[in-house]
Amino acid sequence: MRILMLRVIAILVTFIGLYMLSQFVTYQMDPYYFQVLIECGVYIILAVSLNLINGITGQFSIGHAGFFAVGAYVGAAWTMIWQPMVVERYSFLQMGTLHGDILNLLIALILGMTSAGMAGFVVGLPSLRLRGDYLAIATLGFAEVIYVLLLNINSVGGARGLNGIPTLISSGNLALFWVFLFVIISIVLSRNIMQSVRGLTWLSVREDEIAADAMGVDTTKVKVTAFVIGSALAGAAGVLYAHFLTGISPDIFSMNTSILITTMVVLGGSGSVTGSVIAAIVLIVLPEVLRFLKNDRMVIYSVLLIVMMLTRPQGIFGTKEIGFPKWRRKQPKTEGRSA
Amino acid sequence: MKGTYMLATGILAVSLVLCGYGCRSHGVKIGGPGGLQEIPVGDFSSLTGDTATFGTSTHNGLALAIEQANAAGGVKNLPIKLYTEDDQSMPDVARTVVTKLITEDHVIAVVGEVASTRSLAAAPICQQYKIPMITPASTNPAVTQKGDYIFRTCFTDDFQAAVMAHFAHDQGYKRVAVFKDIRNDYSIGIAKIFEAEFTKLGGTITGEQTYQEGDTDFKAQLNTLKGQNPDAVLIPGYYSEVGTIARQAREIGLNVPLLGCDGWDSPKLIQAAGNALNGCYFSDHYFSKDIKDPAMQKFFADYKAKYGYTPDALAALGFDAGNLLVDALKRAKSLTPSDLRDALATTKDFPGITGKITIDANRNARKAAIIMKIVGEKKVLYKVYTPEEIDQ
Repeated sequence: MRILMLRVIAILVTFIGLYMLSQFVTYQMDPYYFQVLIECGVYIILAVSLNLINGITGQFSIGHAGFFAVGAYVGAAWTMIWQPMVVERYSFLQMGTLHGDILNLLIALILGMTSAGMAGFVVGLPSLRLRGDYLAIATLGFAEVIYVLLLNINSVGGARGLNGIPTLISSGNLALFWVFLFVIISIVLSRNIMQSVRGLTWLSVREDEIAADAMGVDTTKVKVTAFVIGSALAGAAGVLYAHFLTGISPDIFSMNTSILITTMVVLGGSGSVTGSVIAAIVLIVLPEVLRFLKNDRMVIYSVLLIVMMLTRPQGIFGTKEIGFPKWRRKQPKTEGRSA
Repeated sequence: MKGTYMLATGILAVSLVLCGYGCRSHGVKIGGPGGLQEIPVGDFSSLTGDTATFGTSTHNGLALAIEQANAAGGVKNLPIKLYTEDDQSMPDVARTVVTKLITEDHVIAVVGEVASTRSLAAAPICQQYKIPMITPASTNPAVTQKGDYIFRTCFTDDFQAAVMAHFAHDQGYKRVAVFKDIRNDYSIGIAKIFEAEFTKLGGTITGEQTYQEGDTDFKAQLNTLKGQNPDAVLIPGYYSEVGTIARQAREIGLNVPLLGCDGWDSPKLIQAAGNALNGCYFSDHYFSKDIKDPAMQKFFADYKAKYGYTPDALAALGFDAGNLLVDALKRAKSLTPSDLRDALATTKDFPGITGKITIDANRNARKAAIIMKIVGEKKVLYKVYTPEEIDQ
């Protein structure tokens, strides 16, 4: 009972804190820093969600931009194409007021996450047969298919993309609230998975799939679930990013983006949620900090990446975590030893 | 439990630190000529990434123009300072760097982008902060429709298409077929306007076929077009496919002239086509070494002296955008973005090297286009069309 109450309080505190922070930051912060901050948030969601697939479950997916794109385009399609079709019949969907904007954003999020999750299911299925390099190629292929499809679908603007998406997430100065709400959701979700019994089965798939199978772990289910959850979160990142940028085009979701997200996971340390978060921040902020270098900027950036990987091949954090005390009540000390 | 608290506090702390770092002067600060030491002008270009050559060219041209203006004493006795940012050929990065230029460097004008997707990403930001933006080379009509602070110093795809329609008419072609890239906005847009204009001038569109970027076999479509017996075929695509299309057209015996637009302008076109494009025409920006204008020749010499290689059309467009901006700064009542906007909007007959530029009511440049003829394996200047000739 006490635990439940603590939980409710924790959630409330997070919500109110985020809301107040969001209001404060939007008024006080320089727009450029704000933009970088939001971008950090979006990429933290992407890195943490890919870490679920690559780091925790031990699959090797390098097509995360594909799920990102599905979320962004489906979400934007709702606000730009489908919502205007149904708004006449259902007037409560009208945008422009705060609650209308929030409602539409929630619908876009649900649609974006569902479709990205379904795409994750479709890609997760071949992962039953493919391992390592082969799976990597399949996921990369998926991301390319999405990229080329988006270039070819005229109703979403083809190569020019969708422009003039309403900035739903900025309505009521809530941009930071929405993005960091999903940052927290993805971090807490990862953490809970890692520390739960179910999560141990995920880790067992990473450590030794055959042994896990022999111990009765449903490896198929584990892998597909990881893909579905990871890609649904990437879809949410896409919806938020699309409604922040106000314009999306296929270029944003090219292979470079997939590689960038994979780099974040590897650089932070595969399997470490903290690592993914820190690496996402580093890889987004670093190119901005290096802007004073002008033309040599991307060279220095790449050199720094190489140096980081050479000095810490296991990633910045390896598999360590910070701020992840045991979630559960203290276990009786004897348990597990007496037997 | 503690974890959630710690997470929330952690995020709070990080954000506050970031915020403290970022909380600087709010909004755009602009002083009068007395308060300013220099005139800050922003430039965002694709200096790295997929289209790095485009961005480098326009940036070089722009930098040359600013350098020459400063050497001649600057504007209102102040030097112009150019803040350049690389957008890595990515639309979302373009958005970030333009925000940075406006809110950090406090520029009073932004010059940028060749690719229309990146100009479209940046335009709403400039409009939001009411900072004039000049795109030197985005030809997509939608760019300047983003708001009254967005200008363009090159012609639009619509104009280019109209030029080709008039040219086809003037050449005496009665029946023209169209072969367009279905995946390319640029190609589709030009085909649409061309068809409308050419029909209006009394011509007939015999038929339309499509291809996709990356295709290598075009013979089926070309055979269909050949059966329609056209006087010429318009192919408003990029050089990458046009060379192959031309060779295959000649192979199947489709020997009529092929017509194109500025997407054909690349040395690689002739490499791919060989002799197959002999006697074909394409419209381009008013820029060629054959133009014996002293200003054009001086630009060629200056550019080569500074950068060590011959400029392309995009460099000239960047150079013109820079000069036009300098001219508007000189004419502006004061050095505020809104006065600069008004000065830009009233630009009339500005003598750019790529033609006389007049900014029209839609903030697009009205300027001449040229028709290049391909003779053997060389491109030669064939004809010039001014906006007045197209209006008639």
